[in-house]
Amino acid sequence: MATYTKKQVTDLVHGELDWDSLHRMLSMPKDKERYGQFIEVLQEQVSWKDRIILPLGPHLFIVESAKDQALVTKCTCGHDFGDYRQNWKLNALIHVRDSEEKMSEVYPKLMAPHTEWQVYREYLCPTCGTLHDVEAPTPWYPVIHDFQPDLKTFFDWMEMPAPARA
Amino acid sequence: MTIMNNIADGSAVGSLLQSGLSLNDHRNLILQRTQESGYYNGLENLELKESDPIAYERIFSKLRAGLVSSREVAKKIAASPIVEQEGELCFTLYNVAGDCIATSTGIIIHVGTMGAAIKYMIQNNWEANPGINPGDMFTNNDCQIGNVHPCDIATIVPIFHDGNLVGWVGGVTHVIDVGAVGPGSMSNGQIQRFGDGVQITCRKTGVNDTPLRDWLHESQRNVRTPKYWILDEKTRIAGCHMIRDLVEETIREEGIEAYEQFAMEVIEDGRRGLTSRIKSMTIPGTYKTVAFVDVPYAHEDVAVPSPFAKVDTIMHAPCEITVKPSATWRLDFEGCSRWGWHTYNANPVAFTSGIWVMMTQSLVPTERINDGARYATEFRLPKGTWTNPDDRRTAHADAWHFLVSSWSSLWRAVSRSYFGRGYLEEVNAGNSNPCNWLQGGGINQEGEIHAVNSFETAACGTGACAVKDGLNHAAAIWNPEGDMGDIEIWELAEPLLYMGRTVKTNSGGYGKYRGGLGFETLRMVWGSADWTMFFMGNGYMNSDWGLMGGYPSATGYRFEAHDTDLLERIKEGMSLPQGKDLNPDMPEFEKHISPDARVKRDKQCITTEAIFENGDLYLNYLRGGPGFGDPLDRELEAVAEDLNQNYLLPEYAEKVYAVVISRDEDGVWHVDEQASIERRLQKRRERIASAVPVHQWMEQERERILDLNASTQVKQMFASSFALSSKFLDEFKSFWDLPEEWELLEESLGIPMFGAKHHMDLSELPDVHPVIMTEQ
Repeated sequence: MATYTKKQVTDLVHGELDWDSLHRMLSMPKDKERYGQFIEVLQEQVSWKDRIILPLGPHLFIVESAKDQALVTKCTCGHDFGDYRQNWKLNALIHVRDSEEKMSEVYPKLMAPHTEWQVYREYLCPTCGTLHDVEAPTPWYPVIHDFQPDLKTFFDWMEMPAPARA
Repeated sequence: MTIMNNIADGSAVGSLLQSGLSLNDHRNLILQRTQESGYYNGLENLELKESDPIAYERIFSKLRAGLVSSREVAKKIAASPIVEQEGELCFTLYNVAGDCIATSTGIIIHVGTMGAAIKYMIQNNWEANPGINPGDMFTNNDCQIGNVHPCDIATIVPIFHDGNLVGWVGGVTHVIDVGAVGPGSMSNGQIQRFGDGVQITCRKTGVNDTPLRDWLHESQRNVRTPKYWILDEKTRIAGCHMIRDLVEETIREEGIEAYEQFAMEVIEDGRRGLTSRIKSMTIPGTYKTVAFVDVPYAHEDVAVPSPFAKVDTIMHAPCEITVKPSATWRLDFEGCSRWGWHTYNANPVAFTSGIWVMMTQSLVPTERINDGARYATEFRLPKGTWTNPDDRRTAHADAWHFLVSSWSSLWRAVSRSYFGRGYLEEVNAGNSNPCNWLQGGGINQEGEIHAVNSFETAACGTGACAVKDGLNHAAAIWNPEGDMGDIEIWELAEPLLYMGRTVKTNSGGYGKYRGGLGFETLRMVWGSADWTMFFMGNGYMNSDWGLMGGYPSATGYRFEAHDTDLLERIKEGMSLPQGKDLNPDMPEFEKHISPDARVKRDKQCITTEAIFENGDLYLNYLRGGPGFGDPLDRELEAVAEDLNQNYLLPEYAEKVYAVVISRDEDGVWHVDEQASIERRLQKRRERIASAVPVHQWMEQERERILDLNASTQVKQMFASSFALSSKFLDEFKSFWDLPEEWELLEESLGIPMFGAKHHMDLSELPDVHPVIMTEQ
């Protein structure tokens, strides 16, 4: 099984990994230690002390609070979206493209959806304005809770101790 | 050996297997042992693999290599560009029970569909009538058995050793026309099975390795393109016979006991392989996702035979994926909308088997794809939905319109796993909706009855990855080989000259990494006599969302032009439209055709046959893929490169990527680094200022729901899902905190709802026993 250096994983995160290494990552069996390396690289990029448990996106993480070990969803900027079991989107800002005028800001009219059929919902960090997710459902559609991880089982699979409050 | 051997007294039943069991009893025993033990056929130990791993690998490698090489050789027989150029064929080897052992490359969705046909023959006692003998050939394309759509024709050949059945081989090709009401293999004028083209139900079409004459005569006259049809059939037969020879050779070399043991163990091995990959690549938990696509049938350019089909509807495919602690998974599609009067319905097997096409590109990128993966997966496809119709009248010619759209959301779900574990290289924001499907027919440039179905769609844009942009005009989800085909070959096959073929600007979804771009080809009708064409794709909606802040790819649109005067303009040496529709909101083609031309430039991307004269134009726009990550994170140099490669319109570089750009006197675009950094900070502030808290927006949206303020097609979609799923209705009402008495019934919408209340399932036909392999 192939293994990779921290430098290679750092380059991967930054989109700068050379093609040969990237191809090896794609074609070889997966390296179990990647998770730990990935978390280490991400942890060095944030200014706060909370421990990253699970990345949900380039700027969104489930973290274990350094203060009380609570598991919350957090933005790179430090904005706290609340308990990780709750849908973080409900505590975000939203911009809904539900008219031709708003759609035309992102695509030519003929290359954008017709808003009687479909809208774009942009979920933003209230503190830094990072765009964390874009949903493209019909009007009326409930906000989607994309992912509810089973952290206990995950850490069991990883043969690592689970966060105390998972 | 005669075709009707032993039918009269049924004595053939039980004579095919050394055990003396009927094929149905044999299969039921496997299912029983699997259910009781959790291992395929009760195989807790893989005795052959463990005791003689070299022999096990030798058998696998020989069979797999033989399947691949047989496909490569056989496809040279075909004349159809769909098969010969695009590789739309596949060969698969099955054990006696119809479970897949190994498959070739190609359209591997048919691992399941041909297996379903074999199981149908087993369950419906083909053993007694029409009998199963050495040298037989069976043909199937019946969508109610599991086929994706009628144009995928399968030839199935039983394999014998010393008088006993030891397996089956199936070969499938996507034919260019299947004799539906509309020409082309995936046409959409018909709304029921009875117009969907010829449907063959596991029919014995050959004996003694020879196709039967009545079959040859009947089948060729039931399609528009008999030359392609017969060469496709020869392709399938040749491939099947090569693989049968290979199995016979393997048995001679390895012994029948080893082969039969292998034919069971390899499936349990495949089951374990999937659980191993799930555990090594995913994160346990619950993933919720959803997909939609438009069915705009109320438009005047959609001509259908029945008035009850003239309604706008939306395909709805919610999915809950549960990755279990046991490293198996369950995919539940509770809440899907009802089947409809169009050609986009799907059989459960088409749905479940197709999922492996995409999973082989990430979760199980191995040559060991077989039915083992299915045994490690629980599927639930509720009866009455578009992917498990409860009516035997449904049409399926372009089931892909719904299938690829619904699967697009699965990419996002599994990609969340890959991302969380740091396997960024596997993340895929989605697949493009591979369309438009250019189709049509009439009398072609050779003066012959003809139909066309352009497979340029096999090279659309792919979704963005978490470390790089999606690939431009590179692939389609249903055929991983990805090839747009040579212009010269398409011009031989179609009375349509290329005015140009070029990348489709702005078609990939924005993001830190953008989706791959599609492409566009402008075709001019040339040399035809009587000719029609139509469009098939998404337009009012987009099924391909972005991921983690990335945007969906662009939607489709339609351009066609008639009375262009192009033939005169060519004679006179005047300017011509040359294929680049840079910004459809600022039309360019129209400057190079007659000012009196009739132009259709709109979002109606599903149409039925329209008359095209020589000199008329048709734009074939193949879609792009969705993006990944916040566009404000895209490197400035990458935005400049997009502009200089004509991948991005300057207006959206400024609006979406928030960069400050300029163009020098040589026409080269530049991004001002410092000004762009400041502009992006300003953009973040603008985003915050123009957005509202989600709870505040939810209150407004709730009022719209209480006021029933939505288009009819949106309300029809919800009403159809509510009627089929009280769970989905309850969750909807709970989320929006709606009053207990709130309801939305389709009856209240004032549109036809044929099929909603009254329907008749295939299982209600006499002596028909459908094979059910999913929870419903």
